[in-house]
Amino acid sequence: MPKTLVQEFTKGLWEELPPFRLVLGLCPVLGVTTSMENGLGMGIATTFVLFGSNFLVSLLRSIIPQKVRIACFIIIIASFVTIVELLMQAYTYPLYLKLGVFIPLIVVNCIVLGRAEAFAYKNKVLYSMADGLGIGIGYTLALGALGAVRELLGNGSVTVWGDLSYNLSSAFPSFQPFSFMVQAPGAFICLGLMLCFINAIGD
Amino acid sequence: MNDMVKMVVVLTVLSSVAGGVLAAVNKGTASQIEAQQLTFVKGPAIMSILEGSTNNPIEDRFKIADGDAETSFFVGVFDGKATTIAFEEFGKGFGGDIGVMVGVNVNEDKLVGVAVTVHTETPGLGANAKDKPDLVSQFKGLSVKESVSVTKDGGQINAISGATITSRAVCVAVDKALKSYQKIKPQLQQEIQQFGK
Repeated sequence: MPKTLVQEFTKGLWEELPPFRLVLGLCPVLGVTTSMENGLGMGIATTFVLFGSNFLVSLLRSIIPQKVRIACFIIIIASFVTIVELLMQAYTYPLYLKLGVFIPLIVVNCIVLGRAEAFAYKNKVLYSMADGLGIGIGYTLALGALGAVRELLGNGSVTVWGDLSYNLSSAFPSFQPFSFMVQAPGAFICLGLMLCFINAIGD
Repeated sequence: MNDMVKMVVVLTVLSSVAGGVLAAVNKGTASQIEAQQLTFVKGPAIMSILEGSTNNPIEDRFKIADGDAETSFFVGVFDGKATTIAFEEFGKGFGGDIGVMVGVNVNEDKLVGVAVTVHTETPGLGANAKDKPDLVSQFKGLSVKESVSVTKDGGQINAISGATITSRAVCVAVDKALKSYQKIKPQLQQEIQQFGK
Protein backbone atom coordinates (compact mmCIF):
# COMPACT_ATOMS: atom_id res chain seq x y z
CA MET A 1 0.00 0.00 0.00
CA PRO A 2 1.57 3.32 -1.02
CA LYS A 3 2.04 5.72 1.81
CA THR A 4 1.03 9.37 1.81
CA LEU A 5 3.52 12.21 1.99
CA VAL A 6 2.74 12.81 5.65
CA GLN A 7 3.24 9.13 6.47
CA GLU A 8 6.64 9.16 4.79
CA PHE A 9 7.58 12.11 6.94
CA THR A 10 6.28 10.84 10.26
CA LYS A 11 7.65 7.33 9.98
CA GLY A 12 11.11 8.70 10.72
CA LEU A 13 9.88 10.14 13.98
CA TRP A 14 8.76 6.87 15.55
CA GLU A 15 8.20 3.82 13.37
CA GLU A 16 11.66 3.94 11.79
CA LEU A 17 13.38 6.20 14.33
CA PRO A 18 16.96 5.68 13.13
CA PRO A 19 19.11 4.83 16.16
CA PHE A 20 16.43 3.12 18.24
CA ARG A 21 14.20 1.42 15.68
CA LEU A 22 16.57 0.75 12.78
CA VAL A 23 19.64 0.68 15.07
CA LEU A 24 21.63 2.48 12.38
CA GLY A 25 24.16 5.29 12.54
CA LEU A 26 25.33 4.41 16.01
CA CYS A 27 28.85 5.82 15.71
CA PRO A 28 27.86 9.47 16.20
CA VAL A 29 25.09 8.38 18.56
CA LEU A 30 27.72 7.04 20.93
CA GLY A 31 30.46 9.49 20.07
CA VAL A 32 29.00 12.99 20.22
CA THR A 33 26.17 12.74 22.74
CA THR A 34 28.27 13.87 25.69
CA SER A 35 26.00 16.91 25.81
CA MET A 36 22.60 17.78 24.44
CA GLU A 37 23.93 20.68 22.38
CA ASN A 38 26.45 18.43 20.62
CA GLY A 39 23.78 15.85 19.90
CA LEU A 40 21.38 18.40 18.43
CA GLY A 41 24.13 20.05 16.37
CA MET A 42 25.22 16.72 14.95
CA GLY A 43 21.59 15.81 14.23
CA ILE A 44 20.94 19.05 12.37
CA ALA A 45 24.08 18.61 10.26
CA THR A 46 23.02 15.06 9.42
CA THR A 47 19.48 16.21 8.59
CA PHE A 48 20.83 18.74 6.12
CA VAL A 49 22.95 16.08 4.42
CA LEU A 50 20.09 13.54 4.39
CA PHE A 51 17.63 16.03 2.98
CA GLY A 52 20.04 17.25 0.31
CA SER A 53 21.27 13.84 -0.75
CA ASN A 54 17.78 12.33 -0.81
CA PHE A 55 16.57 15.22 -2.95
CA LEU A 56 19.44 15.01 -5.45
CA VAL A 57 19.56 11.23 -5.66
CA SER A 58 15.84 11.11 -6.27
CA LEU A 59 16.03 13.89 -8.85
CA LEU A 60 18.83 12.16 -10.75
CA ARG A 61 17.56 8.60 -10.29
CA SER A 62 16.70 8.14 -13.96
CA ILE A 63 20.10 9.41 -15.07
CA ILE A 64 22.32 7.52 -12.60
CA PRO A 65 23.22 4.12 -14.12
CA GLN A 66 22.48 1.12 -11.93
CA LYS A 67 26.08 -0.15 -11.92
CA VAL A 68 27.74 3.00 -10.62
CA ARG A 69 24.93 4.20 -8.39
CA ILE A 70 26.87 3.78 -5.12
CA ALA A 71 29.75 5.86 -6.48
CA CYS A 72 27.31 8.57 -7.53
CA PHE A 73 25.59 8.52 -4.12
CA ILE A 74 28.94 8.91 -2.40
CA ILE A 75 29.89 11.90 -4.57
CA ILE A 76 26.58 13.59 -3.75
CA ILE A 77 26.76 12.78 -0.05
CA ALA A 78 30.41 13.78 0.29
CA SER A 79 29.69 17.10 -1.40
CA PHE A 80 26.88 17.89 1.02
CA VAL A 81 29.01 16.87 4.00
CA THR A 82 31.82 19.17 2.85
CA ILE A 83 29.33 22.02 2.42
CA VAL A 84 28.01 21.44 5.95
CA GLU A 85 31.54 21.33 7.30
CA LEU A 86 32.47 24.63 5.67
CA LEU A 87 29.23 26.30 6.74
CA MET A 88 29.65 25.14 10.34
CA GLN A 89 33.22 26.40 10.33
CA ALA A 90 32.01 29.75 9.05
CA TYR A 91 28.98 30.27 11.27
CA THR A 92 29.00 27.94 14.31
CA TYR A 93 32.71 27.61 14.95
CA PRO A 94 32.64 26.52 18.64
CA LEU A 95 30.23 23.70 17.79
CA TYR A 96 32.41 22.70 14.85
CA LEU A 97 35.40 22.44 17.20
CA LYS A 98 33.47 20.23 19.62
CA LEU A 99 32.10 17.86 16.98
CA GLY A 100 35.47 17.71 15.25
CA VAL A 101 36.03 14.60 13.19
CA PHE A 102 32.42 13.45 13.45
CA ILE A 103 31.30 16.02 10.85
CA PRO A 104 33.37 14.58 7.96
CA LEU A 105 32.36 11.13 9.20
CA ILE A 106 28.73 11.82 8.23
CA VAL A 107 29.87 10.60 4.80
CA VAL A 108 30.09 7.06 6.12
CA ASN A 109 26.97 7.29 8.26
CA CYS A 110 24.95 4.33 7.04
CA ILE A 111 21.63 6.15 7.48
CA VAL A 112 22.50 8.62 4.73
CA LEU A 113 23.66 6.02 2.22
CA GLY A 114 20.91 3.68 3.39
CA ARG A 115 18.15 6.18 2.64
CA ALA A 116 19.68 7.03 -0.75
CA GLU A 117 19.87 3.37 -1.74
CA ALA A 118 16.71 2.06 -0.14
CA PHE A 119 14.40 4.99 -0.63
CA ALA A 120 15.47 7.96 -2.74
CA TYR A 121 16.70 5.88 -5.68
CA LYS A 122 13.28 4.26 -6.00
CA ASN A 123 10.85 7.03 -5.09
CA LYS A 124 9.62 10.39 -6.32
CA VAL A 125 11.40 13.60 -5.38
CA LEU A 126 8.74 14.94 -3.02
CA TYR A 127 8.46 11.64 -1.13
CA SER A 128 12.22 11.38 -0.86
CA MET A 129 12.44 14.88 0.58
CA ALA A 130 9.76 14.04 3.14
CA ASP A 131 11.57 10.82 4.00
CA GLY A 132 14.94 12.56 4.40
CA LEU A 133 13.50 15.32 6.53
CA GLY A 134 11.55 12.90 8.73
CA ILE A 135 14.44 10.52 9.31
CA GLY A 136 16.76 13.48 9.90
CA ILE A 137 14.49 15.09 12.48
CA GLY A 138 13.98 11.75 14.18
CA TYR A 139 17.73 11.28 14.31
CA THR A 140 18.19 14.79 15.72
CA LEU A 141 15.61 14.19 18.44
CA ALA A 142 17.13 10.83 19.33
CA LEU A 143 20.63 12.32 19.58
CA GLY A 144 19.30 15.24 21.59
CA ALA A 145 17.43 12.96 23.99
CA LEU A 146 20.41 10.70 24.55
CA GLY A 147 22.68 13.72 24.96
CA ALA A 148 20.26 15.30 27.45
CA VAL A 149 20.10 12.17 29.62
CA ARG A 150 23.86 11.73 29.62
CA GLU A 151 24.60 15.37 30.29
CA LEU A 152 22.00 15.59 33.04
CA LEU A 153 23.30 12.55 34.90
CA GLY A 154 26.97 13.11 34.13
CA ASN A 155 27.15 16.85 34.69
CA GLY A 156 24.17 17.58 36.91
CA SER A 157 22.97 20.21 34.46
CA VAL A 158 21.83 20.35 30.89
CA THR A 159 22.32 23.11 28.32
CA VAL A 160 19.57 22.93 25.73
CA TRP A 161 20.85 25.61 23.38
CA GLY A 162 22.81 28.78 24.06
CA ASP A 163 21.83 30.19 27.45
CA LEU A 164 18.81 27.99 27.97
CA SER A 165 19.81 25.47 30.61
CA TYR A 166 18.51 23.45 33.51
CA ASN A 167 20.42 22.64 36.66
CA LEU A 168 19.50 19.46 38.49
CA SER A 169 20.93 20.65 41.80
CA SER A 170 18.15 23.25 42.07
CA ALA A 171 15.61 20.41 42.44
CA PHE A 172 17.87 17.88 44.17
CA PRO A 173 20.51 19.77 46.16
CA SER A 174 22.27 16.57 47.22
CA PHE A 175 22.72 15.26 43.67
CA GLN A 176 26.26 14.15 42.84
CA PRO A 177 27.26 14.17 39.13
CA PHE A 178 27.74 10.68 37.80
CA SER A 179 30.65 11.40 35.45
CA PHE A 180 30.67 7.83 34.19
CA MET A 181 27.70 8.75 32.01
CA VAL A 182 29.59 11.25 29.85
CA GLN A 183 32.38 8.78 29.20
CA ALA A 184 32.33 6.15 26.47
CA PRO A 185 30.99 3.20 28.51
CA GLY A 186 28.18 5.42 29.77
CA ALA A 187 27.13 5.96 26.15
CA PHE A 188 26.65 2.24 25.59
CA ILE A 189 24.77 1.72 28.82
CA CYS A 190 22.57 4.76 28.29
CA LEU A 191 21.81 3.73 24.70
CA GLY A 192 20.99 0.21 25.88
CA LEU A 193 18.59 1.47 28.51
CA MET A 194 16.89 3.80 26.05
CA LEU A 195 16.56 1.01 23.46
CA CYS A 196 15.03 -1.16 26.14
CA PHE A 197 12.63 1.59 27.17
CA ILE A 198 11.58 2.37 23.58
CA ASN A 199 11.07 -1.30 22.75
CA ALA A 200 8.99 -1.74 25.88
CA ILE A 201 6.58 1.07 25.07
CA GLY A 202 6.64 0.34 21.32
CA ASP A 203 5.17 -3.11 21.50
CA MET B 1 29.17 -0.27 -24.91
CA ASN B 2 26.47 2.34 -24.68
CA ASP B 3 26.10 1.55 -21.01
CA MET B 4 29.81 2.05 -20.47
CA VAL B 5 29.79 5.49 -22.09
CA LYS B 6 26.83 6.54 -20.00
CA MET B 7 28.51 5.48 -16.75
CA VAL B 8 31.67 7.40 -17.59
CA VAL B 9 29.76 10.50 -18.66
CA VAL B 10 27.47 10.54 -15.61
CA LEU B 11 30.30 10.02 -13.13
CA THR B 12 32.51 12.62 -14.81
CA VAL B 13 29.81 15.26 -15.03
CA LEU B 14 28.66 14.60 -11.47
CA SER B 15 32.19 14.83 -10.09
CA SER B 16 32.96 18.04 -11.96
CA VAL B 17 29.75 19.71 -10.87
CA ALA B 18 30.39 18.64 -7.26
CA GLY B 19 33.93 19.97 -7.48
CA GLY B 20 32.71 23.27 -8.87
CA VAL B 21 30.06 23.71 -6.19
CA LEU B 22 32.54 22.90 -3.42
CA ALA B 23 35.09 25.35 -4.82
CA ALA B 24 32.44 28.06 -4.84
CA VAL B 25 31.32 27.32 -1.26
CA ASN B 26 34.93 27.19 -0.12
CA LYS B 27 35.64 30.55 -1.69
CA GLY B 28 32.45 32.06 -0.31
CA THR B 29 33.14 31.01 3.27
CA ALA B 30 36.92 31.47 3.37
CA SER B 31 36.99 34.98 4.82
CA GLN B 32 34.25 34.18 7.34
CA ILE B 33 36.13 31.08 8.49
CA GLU B 34 39.33 33.04 8.91
CA ALA B 35 37.50 35.60 11.03
CA GLN B 36 35.99 32.82 13.17
CA GLN B 37 39.37 31.21 13.71
CA LEU B 38 40.82 34.54 14.74
CA THR B 39 38.15 35.05 17.40
CA PHE B 40 37.81 31.54 18.76
CA VAL B 41 41.17 29.83 18.31
CA LYS B 42 43.97 32.25 17.72
CA GLY B 43 42.39 35.14 19.62
CA PRO B 44 42.60 33.65 23.15
CA ALA B 45 46.13 32.36 22.50
CA ILE B 46 47.30 35.73 21.21
CA MET B 47 45.69 37.56 24.12
CA SER B 48 47.34 35.26 26.66
CA ILE B 49 50.77 35.89 25.14
CA LEU B 50 50.40 39.62 24.54
CA GLU B 51 48.61 40.29 27.82
CA GLY B 52 48.76 43.92 28.85
CA SER B 53 49.38 45.32 25.41
CA THR B 54 47.77 48.68 24.76
CA ASN B 55 46.67 47.94 21.20
CA ASN B 56 44.43 45.28 19.72
CA PRO B 57 46.88 42.64 18.44
CA ILE B 58 44.21 40.87 16.40
CA GLU B 59 43.67 43.99 14.32
CA ASP B 60 47.30 45.05 14.20
CA ARG B 61 48.63 42.28 12.07
CA PHE B 62 50.65 41.88 8.91
CA LYS B 63 51.61 39.02 6.66
CA ILE B 64 55.00 37.89 5.45
CA ALA B 65 55.31 35.32 2.70
CA ASP B 66 58.03 32.71 3.01
CA GLY B 67 58.07 30.59 -0.10
CA ASP B 68 54.54 29.36 -0.67
CA ALA B 69 53.39 29.78 2.91
CA GLU B 70 52.14 33.07 4.27
CA THR B 71 52.29 33.69 8.00
CA SER B 72 50.29 36.26 9.93
CA PHE B 73 52.17 38.21 12.58
CA PHE B 74 50.30 39.85 15.44
CA VAL B 75 51.85 42.90 17.01
CA GLY B 76 51.76 43.78 20.71
CA VAL B 77 52.39 47.39 21.75
CA PHE B 78 53.77 47.89 25.26
CA ASP B 79 54.45 51.35 26.71
CA GLY B 80 53.87 52.90 23.30
CA LYS B 81 56.44 50.71 21.58
CA ALA B 82 55.75 47.81 19.30
CA THR B 83 58.17 45.32 20.76
CA THR B 84 56.46 41.96 20.63
CA ILE B 85 55.13 39.80 17.85
CA ALA B 86 53.16 36.58 17.97
CA PHE B 87 52.80 34.08 15.17
CA GLU B 88 51.66 30.53 14.67
CA GLU B 89 53.71 27.46 13.82
CA PHE B 90 52.76 23.77 13.61
CA GLY B 91 54.16 20.50 14.87
CA LYS B 92 53.06 16.94 14.28
CA GLY B 93 51.36 15.62 17.42
CA PHE B 94 49.83 12.31 18.42
CA GLY B 95 46.49 12.94 16.76
CA GLY B 96 47.43 15.43 14.03
CA ASP B 97 48.88 18.88 13.67
CA ILE B 98 49.26 21.02 16.77
CA GLY B 99 49.16 24.77 16.28
CA VAL B 100 51.37 26.76 18.60
CA MET B 101 51.26 30.53 18.94
CA VAL B 102 54.74 31.83 19.74
CA GLY B 103 55.38 35.29 21.13
CA VAL B 104 58.82 36.88 20.72
CA ASN B 105 60.17 40.16 22.03
CA VAL B 106 62.01 41.59 19.05
CA ASN B 107 64.26 43.95 21.04
CA GLU B 108 65.45 41.41 23.57
CA ASP B 109 65.31 38.37 21.27
CA LYS B 110 63.46 36.45 23.98
CA LEU B 111 60.39 34.24 24.04
CA VAL B 112 57.62 36.02 25.93
CA GLY B 113 55.13 33.19 25.80
CA VAL B 114 53.78 30.18 24.01
CA ALA B 115 50.19 28.98 23.71
CA VAL B 116 48.55 26.06 21.95
CA THR B 117 45.85 27.06 19.45
CA VAL B 118 44.50 23.94 17.72
CA HIS B 119 45.08 20.29 18.51
CA THR B 120 43.41 16.90 18.32
CA GLU B 121 45.26 15.27 21.22
CA THR B 122 43.85 12.83 23.76
CA PRO B 123 41.76 14.55 26.45
CA GLY B 124 43.44 14.30 29.84
CA LEU B 125 46.86 13.53 28.38
CA GLY B 126 48.06 15.43 25.33
CA ALA B 127 45.23 17.96 25.58
CA ASN B 128 46.83 19.20 28.80
CA ALA B 129 49.32 21.02 26.60
CA LYS B 130 46.50 23.48 26.01
CA ASP B 131 44.42 23.05 29.16
CA LYS B 132 47.23 23.33 31.71
CA PRO B 133 50.06 25.86 31.79
CA ASP B 134 52.75 23.36 32.95
CA LEU B 135 54.27 22.77 29.53
CA VAL B 136 53.91 26.11 27.78
CA SER B 137 55.05 28.18 30.77
CA GLN B 138 58.51 26.61 30.51
CA PHE B 139 59.21 28.39 27.25
CA LYS B 140 58.92 31.88 28.70
CA GLY B 141 62.20 33.77 28.80
CA LEU B 142 64.17 31.41 26.56
CA SER B 143 66.51 33.05 24.08
CA VAL B 144 65.57 32.79 20.41
CA LYS B 145 69.01 31.36 19.68
CA GLU B 146 68.44 28.26 21.78
CA SER B 147 67.26 25.10 20.16
CA VAL B 148 64.23 23.80 22.00
CA SER B 149 63.58 20.14 22.82
CA VAL B 150 62.29 17.93 25.64
CA THR B 151 64.66 16.63 28.36
CA LYS B 152 64.40 13.11 26.98
CA ASP B 153 66.05 14.38 23.80
CA GLY B 154 68.69 16.32 25.75
CA GLY B 155 66.77 19.59 25.84
CA GLN B 156 65.44 21.91 28.53
CA ILE B 157 61.68 21.30 28.47
CA ASN B 158 60.04 18.83 30.86
CA ALA B 159 57.51 16.85 28.88
CA ILE B 160 53.97 16.24 30.17
CA SER B 161 54.02 12.76 31.65
CA GLY B 162 52.20 10.35 29.37
CA ALA B 163 52.27 12.80 26.49
CA THR B 164 55.83 12.87 25.22
CA ILE B 165 54.79 12.96 21.58
CA THR B 166 52.58 15.98 22.20
CA SER B 167 55.30 17.75 24.18
CA ARG B 168 57.81 16.98 21.47
CA ALA B 169 55.45 18.38 18.81
CA VAL B 170 55.07 21.62 20.75
CA CYS B 171 58.86 21.87 21.04
CA VAL B 172 59.27 21.21 17.33
CA ALA B 173 56.75 23.93 16.54
CA VAL B 174 58.49 26.45 18.82
CA ASP B 175 61.87 25.48 17.40
CA LYS B 176 60.62 25.96 13.85
CA ALA B 177 59.12 29.31 14.83
CA LEU B 178 62.39 30.51 16.36
CA LYS B 179 64.39 29.44 13.32
CA SER B 180 62.09 31.26 10.91
CA TYR B 181 62.04 34.25 13.26
CA GLN B 182 65.82 34.55 13.05
CA LYS B 183 65.65 34.29 9.30
CA ILE B 184 63.13 37.08 8.82
CA LYS B 185 64.01 39.29 11.78
CA PRO B 186 65.18 42.32 9.74
CA GLN B 187 61.95 42.26 7.80
CA LEU B 188 59.93 41.98 11.02
CA GLN B 189 61.69 44.92 12.63
CA GLN B 190 60.87 47.05 9.64
CA GLU B 191 57.22 45.99 9.56
CA ILE B 192 56.44 46.54 13.24
CA GLN B 193 57.66 50.12 13.26
CA GLN B 194 54.39 51.29 11.73
CA PHE B 195 52.44 50.08 14.80
CA GLY B 196 54.30 51.71 17.70
CA LYS B 197 53.08 55.24 18.16
